[in-house]
Amino acid sequence: MITISTASNAIGRARVSRLISISGGILVAIAVIAIVVPWLSPNNYLDTDFDNILAAPGLAGAHLFGTDDLGRDLFVRTMMGIQVTLLVALVASFVSLVIGVLYGAIAGYVGGRVDAVMMRIVDTLYALPFIFIVILLMVVFERNFLLIFVAIGAINWLDMARIVRGQTLSLKEKEYVEAARLTGVSTPRIILRHIVPNLIGIVIVYVTLTIPQAILVESFLSFLGLGIQEPQTSLGALVDAGVNQKENAAWMLLIPGGLLALILMCFNFLGDGLRDLFDARQSP
Amino acid sequence: MVLWLLVVACGTENVGQSDSTLHRGLGTDPESLDAQKARSVQAANLLRDIGEGLLAYSADGKLVPAAAERWEIADDGLTYTFTIRADARWSNGDPLTATHFVLGLRRLVNPANAAFYANTITDIVNAEAIIASDMSADELGVAAIDAQTLRIELTQPVPYLLSLLTHPSTFPAHSKLGNVDTANSARSLLSNGAYKLLSWEPGSLLRLQRNEHYWNNAATAIDLVHYHVIVEETVELNRYRAGELHTTDNVPPENFAAIKEERGDELRISQYLGTYYFGFNLTRPPFKNNPHLRQALSMAVDRDVLVEKITGRGESAAYSWVPPGTDNYAPPQLSYTNLEQEERNAIARSLYHQAGYSDDNPVQVELRYNTSNTQRRIALAVQAMWREALGFEATLVGEEFQVLLTNIREAQITEIFRGSWIGDYNDAATFLNLLLSNNPANMMGYASEEYDSLMQRAAAQVEPRRRRLYLEEAERALLADHAIMPVYFYVSKHLVRPEVRGWEDNVLDYHYSQHLSLDVAQ
Amino acid sequence: MVKYSLRRLLGAIPTLMVVVVLAFLLVHAAPGGPFDSERVLPEAIKENIDKYYHLDEPLPQQFFRYISNVVRGDFGPSYRYRDHTVTQLIAGSLPISMLLGSLAMLLAVVVGIAAGTVAALRQNSVVDRVVMAFAMTGISIPVFVIAPVLVLFLAVKLQWLPAGWSGSTGAARLLLPVISLALPQIAYIARLTRASMIDVLASPFIRTARAQGLGTYAVIRYHALKPAMLPIVSYMGPAIAGILTGSVVVEQIFGIPGVGQFFVTGALNRDYTLVLGIVIVYAVMIVTMNLIADLIYGVIDPRVRYR
Repeated sequence: MITISTASNAIGRARVSRLISISGGILVAIAVIAIVVPWLSPNNYLDTDFDNILAAPGLAGAHLFGTDDLGRDLFVRTMMGIQVTLLVALVASFVSLVIGVLYGAIAGYVGGRVDAVMMRIVDTLYALPFIFIVILLMVVFERNFLLIFVAIGAINWLDMARIVRGQTLSLKEKEYVEAARLTGVSTPRIILRHIVPNLIGIVIVYVTLTIPQAILVESFLSFLGLGIQEPQTSLGALVDAGVNQKENAAWMLLIPGGLLALILMCFNFLGDGLRDLFDARQSP
Repeated sequence: MVLWLLVVACGTENVGQSDSTLHRGLGTDPESLDAQKARSVQAANLLRDIGEGLLAYSADGKLVPAAAERWEIADDGLTYTFTIRADARWSNGDPLTATHFVLGLRRLVNPANAAFYANTITDIVNAEAIIASDMSADELGVAAIDAQTLRIELTQPVPYLLSLLTHPSTFPAHSKLGNVDTANSARSLLSNGAYKLLSWEPGSLLRLQRNEHYWNNAATAIDLVHYHVIVEETVELNRYRAGELHTTDNVPPENFAAIKEERGDELRISQYLGTYYFGFNLTRPPFKNNPHLRQALSMAVDRDVLVEKITGRGESAAYSWVPPGTDNYAPPQLSYTNLEQEERNAIARSLYHQAGYSDDNPVQVELRYNTSNTQRRIALAVQAMWREALGFEATLVGEEFQVLLTNIREAQITEIFRGSWIGDYNDAATFLNLLLSNNPANMMGYASEEYDSLMQRAAAQVEPRRRRLYLEEAERALLADHAIMPVYFYVSKHLVRPEVRGWEDNVLDYHYSQHLSLDVAQ
Repeated sequence: MVKYSLRRLLGAIPTLMVVVVLAFLLVHAAPGGPFDSERVLPEAIKENIDKYYHLDEPLPQQFFRYISNVVRGDFGPSYRYRDHTVTQLIAGSLPISMLLGSLAMLLAVVVGIAAGTVAALRQNSVVDRVVMAFAMTGISIPVFVIAPVLVLFLAVKLQWLPAGWSGSTGAARLLLPVISLALPQIAYIARLTRASMIDVLASPFIRTARAQGLGTYAVIRYHALKPAMLPIVSYMGPAIAGILTGSVVVEQIFGIPGVGQFFVTGALNRDYTLVLGIVIVYAVMIVTMNLIADLIYGVIDPRVRYR
């Protein structure tokens, strides 16, 4: 993959680590606020107030972010949306991480015909029209939300498997792996004890880059009306509802939309930064 | 770069500048333009433009002669004799005869054609046996006495038969019809209406052109009609505002207040033969044999808030089943209709307690709806009303429409579901028949001997006023059972540009293109 | 290279089989059937319809009937569009989707590479910051937000461009959809190009070329561009996937009769044959596209040899 760090200079590296700490910091702050602050709010995510439909945001009223088209408090709902969005993205990424790492490590370490067959399967799966399959899964599972993201993760592991396999091929030749093999350590044990731990760097980089993809898939499903079950909500569902109200209640689009963009940006910066750091460490 | 140049070269087309083409929003694609195979409201709208039955509706929704210029009904109400217009023609110039109507009705019931509306007129002699493949379609009780004379024979009187004969499934069929291959040869689709099909791009556009052979062609004002397939209401509204449509199929609730403000004159809201309801699954607990609980839930729903704040497009609160505006019918009123919501809630609470529930022992129910923005908001509001008035938390289950239908039909996990019923013709029977115990569409599982027998007596009644009394009696029984929870009566909602003339509101929401004209001066 | 391509294409046949079986099982596993409606059909009529479409047969038999028809090039009748065959629907919609997709891709590649290169040359300048900020925004806003906002301003308020597909003819109706579709991809490609270009520009052979007194344009055009394109070419696969997803959204918002829209209506209406037909056609396309991307990669990078 490409890097900007081979143009390695002190300024670049300082910038990279600053980027990582800022975007990481923002993400942690958003997550903490989204989990903690709703507890302090007098409102909850499902109470409707038919006399206060589409109330504008403001510090004066009871609703900091205003209300939606049923008079529900948008602040609490947005916080809930962040929680749900982060949760599904993490679930999907975690599933793709587990499958991808194990699959790639096994293929790369065992090698030979097993490797050929396993990679052939990966090639086959690449030809699946991913988004069409996701829509079909959504229809079949009757919108069991978390399950869908397990499924998305289960489809999304292909890149991870390829990258891990490549890394494993080079790790395999390392002395300590060689040593373990000669002392009669079993293959599964070598993979779990010696190969996988050494893949963590690159894996973290790719997970960080998979998360924003999962977030976008979630918002896409919300757009198609195949998203999370009401009265629960996600950022994607809030943004989708906001798009329809963009002319008479712009805050319904701008607040969740802005936060969604901010979260996606932070993950992208974080992933880029981590990748640069990692590449810099790898290059001699 | 190249793109920008192309754009500059082409520019955009606006309805304001165009000649005599009427641009109408349609909603979804029709599934078929074969009159006997079609099913949806959209298909019916188009078919009323390109085809014509024995009778039709005028712009203001009155039954008028169409392909038939006159008819006679025997005293027993079992034999109808129609005289077809001598000047009626197909779009290729062939004369339209009684035989074509015989062919059409036979096609409708012939199992080989797999027609959805095969049961439009099951009371025609032998129709049911033919649908069940027990008899040949040639045995249908419809005959062409001569080229101009058509006779239809019934097994029992059908007081609304004339309005059924405006339905596209009863349209005539040309013997050359064979395979309707609209995709490859739209022009070859033979039709007998004021327009003929010029082209059909699925998912996008249907173009109609004036049919010069139509008997009343002189009265047709607009030469070309474009039906634009637009699924999303908000998208349709944008296209109307961008000047791309003369009329819309719908108006979204989101911007309704602003539209009313800016374009009040263009907004057409009218009573419509449709009821939005919540159905109870009467075959399983908690609603089986539990009228108190059903009544409590029904009374706790504040319809006024729903129609004012949630749907808000002029719908009216429904406390009964058959919509107002239905011909020859006066909907019965429930006793609590005139109470304030506070009083209703108090009664609802005591009924809820009588049914054995309380705050410590709340009822556990799931409310199923299909996922669309409006359904979602209504379900959420109703959930909130029950929480307020009765103190229980219903579980909302938003499902994709096909899933919802499957669950309702299986009646296993379904408890309360949202439904709607749109009248096929202007008669109370189209609504009341739904609740007959043997109607497959009766998804509540309502089975009342009293109701069935009242409906049966009504069906056997030729005299309209006596029949009406039985029907009203039946609805009273239905409402007393609280078998169904009507929520609101639909309205039809359109935006119509000021230059469109001849558009009249009617309960059926039929707007034939042949009745419209464009005032170019506007 | 021809032999390699042929082998790749033949190798895709098992892939396609897997895709077909999977998709067939998925669509049939979904609750409900193509003819369900609130107006439940009387049993006799339902039976007639099921017989007409062979839906009364056991599933394996339906599968083999379907496969043997597909092998003969017949995708069967559509259930939702009773007057149309699936082949007709795909033949009508695929060219539109492909036109839209390839224009979006072209726009994304041209604008993305240009913007990325400029940013790389002026690293850390204001231009660079602006381009990268724009790119970051493009990645972070979903298409279903961008497209309606563009429609609101450019079509509804200013009335410069048509709001929907069927309202006009010619290129005007392509513009908004293509831009909405291309924006996120422009952003990705600009970012990739910038990173890769900075890398290449710092490498010894470019420094040599510069030392020989070549101008910036010549350095880029003759030396840097080709190696810097490698990551862009490898990105083509994900880009196609991204445009495919985006086109489902864009087609719905602009009312474009493309494959994505037919797929969504097909899936929601349980139009089994339409859904399967589209999945098959797209799987074939993805296989082909990946092959083309690999071939292009070989042309650019002389180290790659096809075996």
